Amino acid sequence: MKVEQISVFLENKAGRLAEVTRCLGEAGINIRALSLADTTDFGILRLIVDKYDAAREMLKAKGFTVGKTEVVAIEVPDNPGGLAQVLATLAQAGINVEYMYAFVQHSGKNAVIIFRFDNLDEAISLLQKAGIHIYQGEEVYKL
Amino acid sequence: MYWDPALETLSPSQLQELQLARLKETVARAARSPFYRERLAAAGVTPADLHSLEDIRKIPLTAKDDLRARGKEMLTVPMTELVRLHASSGTTGKPTPVGYTARDLETWGELMARVLAAAGLHRGDIVHVAYGYGLFTGGLGFHYGVERLGAAVIPVSGGQTRRQIMLIQDFAPNALCCTPSFALYLAEVGQQMGVNFKDTSLRVGIFGAEPWSEAMRQEIEARLGVDALDIYGLSEIMGPGVGIECLQAKAGLHLFEDHFLPEIIDPVTLERLPPGETGELVITTLTKEAFPLIRYRTRDVTSLDYAPCRCGRSHARMSRIKGRSDDMLIIRGVNVFPSQIESVLVDVPGVSPHYQLIVDREGHLDTLEVAVEVDDTVFSDEVKQLQKLAKTIEGRIKDYLTVSVKVRLVEPRTIPRSEGKAQRVIDRRQQQGGKP
Repeated sequence: MKVEQISVFLENKAGRLAEVTRCLGEAGINIRALSLADTTDFGILRLIVDKYDAAREMLKAKGFTVGKTEVVAIEVPDNPGGLAQVLATLAQAGINVEYMYAFVQHSGKNAVIIFRFDNLDEAISLLQKAGIHIYQGEEVYKL
Repeated sequence: MYWDPALETLSPSQLQELQLARLKETVARAARSPFYRERLAAAGVTPADLHSLEDIRKIPLTAKDDLRARGKEMLTVPMTELVRLHASSGTTGKPTPVGYTARDLETWGELMARVLAAAGLHRGDIVHVAYGYGLFTGGLGFHYGVERLGAAVIPVSGGQTRRQIMLIQDFAPNALCCTPSFALYLAEVGQQMGVNFKDTSLRVGIFGAEPWSEAMRQEIEARLGVDALDIYGLSEIMGPGVGIECLQAKAGLHLFEDHFLPEIIDPVTLERLPPGETGELVITTLTKEAFPLIRYRTRDVTSLDYAPCRCGRSHARMSRIKGRSDDMLIIRGVNVFPSQIESVLVDVPGVSPHYQLIVDREGHLDTLEVAVEVDDTVFSDEVKQLQKLAKTIEGRIKDYLTVSVKVRLVEPRTIPRSEGKAQRVIDRRQQQGGKP
């Protein structure tokens, strides 16, 4: 039910993002989804890749600060109010979304959105009870 | 414009005679303290061995480290004789206490009165003191000097810039005493408030506690409409009032040689340098009671000029402080050693001891940025966690050093390391010509 996400610490310096993507490309690792959070001083790059372990080891070896986080990939109806409905379910249960970002590809008719929750397990069981589809990690890496 | 005409204009031979007599007294007094008794015995020197001022070279130098490690053993009077304690900052962040007897405070007040008189101040004037009051010697040093002079003091202390400007308009002081960077900051804020300092009653400013330049003097004088004078002092020796520029010449700071015996040494070989050469200033106190210091290494780099001054004072003039012979930084008047920052960082879990200090000047105020490497142990995928980490470090440094800093998180191994030793400090102020 959980998806492994790689996060990379990036200083706000020209070329750092290019360097990460270049290293991934050379190692034959494909980026499935990504988001970049930025502040005035630094950025955090969050990545879902097809080969998690290989990507993590390679980036560490290249001297990047790499973190691992478990996130949830949720299928969201691709129509007006689709995301609002999912978020309303979470809000009612008092679950906080730390951040979220969309997958580039669609799965069939629906969108795939990556969520980071403060309480992951509670969020998963709630979403399942509400009948919202959650992707398995393996499915996501290969989407 | 002399406070003490007789002593301030002694002829060179009279001055040297007085210095030698007082040096002997000081050495005799210092020998009452465990630290100097041991030092003097090891060097085999007694007051009777001092036949001329040159003989002072037989006595070893006293370093800041000695003061920090054995400061309490330098006391020459019982604790009951002390009437005040100030503190001097050290490389470890642990303040070193400096004690004063009642007579020490009287001497200090007397020397500060000399300072103020050299700036053309007298009874009837009003002096705005914006140096910090408290453990720092700036505020109280000026305060008692103004009272001794018989002028009126406004004990404003630091901060609250807009309120200070209102006070300057309402209370009509004739003199402003603060750090040179704060003086320019006042001018800047005054401009925003629509206050032209040239319309105020200020006519002279006495600025110190941090290094500044001739260019800065010109800017202060142009913007505040005052004569800007440089003052020198250090807490270990006494506080402000070791030397002052005279209003007439504004060319070097008269070092009060009847109370302080100066030498200039090469900070590497520790050899005495001839008059006029630039090196580290070494001071022997000649009248201090509680904590006399013999051949104390100030770490301040300067030169001494023994040529007569047009003001008539015979005391040697030291040049503006040209820098430091150690790694101490002066940030908005506060002494900061890189090792103090390091000791804060090692106490924050997960933070590596690799850091860099970037000192800059925004407008006229010094800024200190601390670049800290982020490794896997503290890294988080959430922005707020990393910002919290930066805030925590900023808060701890502020608590420890009383200086506001900005912490910037950087990638691991990005802080340059050269031959195993990182380049800890980048001082951009020097590149702007704003500093000597």
